[in-house]
Amino acid sequence: MVNRNKKIETGETMQLEILRYNPEVATEPSFQMYKVPFYEDWSILDAVNHIKNEIDGTLSYRWSCQMGVCGSCGIMINNIPKLSCGTFLRDYYPNKISIEPLDGFPVEKDLISDIDDFLTKLTDIKPYIIRNKGEEKSLDEGEYRQSPAELAQFKQYSMCINCMLCYAACPVYALDSTFIGPAAIALGQRYNMDSRDQGREDRQELIASHEGIWECTFVGECSAVCPKDVDPAAAIQRAKVSSTIDWFKDVLIPWRKKK
Amino acid sequence: MSTYLKPVPNTWWLKRKPYILFMIRELTSIFVAGYCIFLLILIFKLGEGSSSYSNFITTLQSPTSITLHIISLIFVLYHTITWFNLTPKILVLYRGEERISQRLVAGVFYFTWTAVSVVVAWLVLGF
Repeated sequence: MVNRNKKIETGETMQLEILRYNPEVATEPSFQMYKVPFYEDWSILDAVNHIKNEIDGTLSYRWSCQMGVCGSCGIMINNIPKLSCGTFLRDYYPNKISIEPLDGFPVEKDLISDIDDFLTKLTDIKPYIIRNKGEEKSLDEGEYRQSPAELAQFKQYSMCINCMLCYAACPVYALDSTFIGPAAIALGQRYNMDSRDQGREDRQELIASHEGIWECTFVGECSAVCPKDVDPAAAIQRAKVSSTIDWFKDVLIPWRKKK
Repeated sequence: MSTYLKPVPNTWWLKRKPYILFMIRELTSIFVAGYCIFLLILIFKLGEGSSSYSNFITTLQSPTSITLHIISLIFVLYHTITWFNLTPKILVLYRGEERISQRLVAGVFYFTWTAVSVVVAWLVLGF
């Protein structure tokens, strides 16, 4: 909950325009205006919590950690996907703030999106270490060793919190939801580049498919909105390069032994 | 339960500046391809003999042709600069644990570009 003792009083108010949708009473969403007190240290999430607690208990939205690690409070703030816990009223004061559910996903109610499509894609990409049959270590054999240089290869891509801001920023995903999308491909790439992993071939069928990397036109907004600097756009382009190299190898050295 | 999916209008790319810049970048490819076709025509005219070539050069000196060339130049420059700036994202190089700076990677491209341009200008203008 908001710590009421730490508010920095200003005596001012701000206007929040929130897109509401209730499938039981309407077929389309519509905006509703709320007036909230303006505090210097309030995030957008604090303001939305204030609306829920003090003004309108029917407002639905997702949130949890309030510190930018759980990835559940992503919404469109003035048309840009952002974590509402990491975006502050003071950066918009005194202008009106427009709040909508994440672009590209079906809306269930108010700011709550149906994220099943993303979760399916995330599972399909096999985001875990895969070892060749017979090459798995048993527990008493200890861990798979890795050098700091090997860790550096994929560390950036492992910072993803599955907040889906990158999907909401991606016009390709909005136009064609069969696209595997930025976060899932970046996570696939994260495991492909992990020296302990041997599952690249397993993931390649999906990553190098038409719905995978080749659907991407490198708009680059996924990386611009990422709150964890994962840079999924770069991950996708690098996967394009290595898939192209694979293709040339297959054509030039057809007898090449596949792993 | 019925969900609502916001339709995407054809004007989606006008909604935000990064999308507009992206669309311009995609559009520049037409000018790059167009100039390649122009160069092929130039070579074809050269093959037809010196009178055909010099007639072609005269038509190129018309204001319409010069305007088209200037427009193409602007788009091709935009194309080159945007792609050079994106290259270090794809070309990720490591020196041990440390990633080689993105500026250095892009810098190599800009340096090579300038060097090649100087050589071409020297050949064409004959310093």
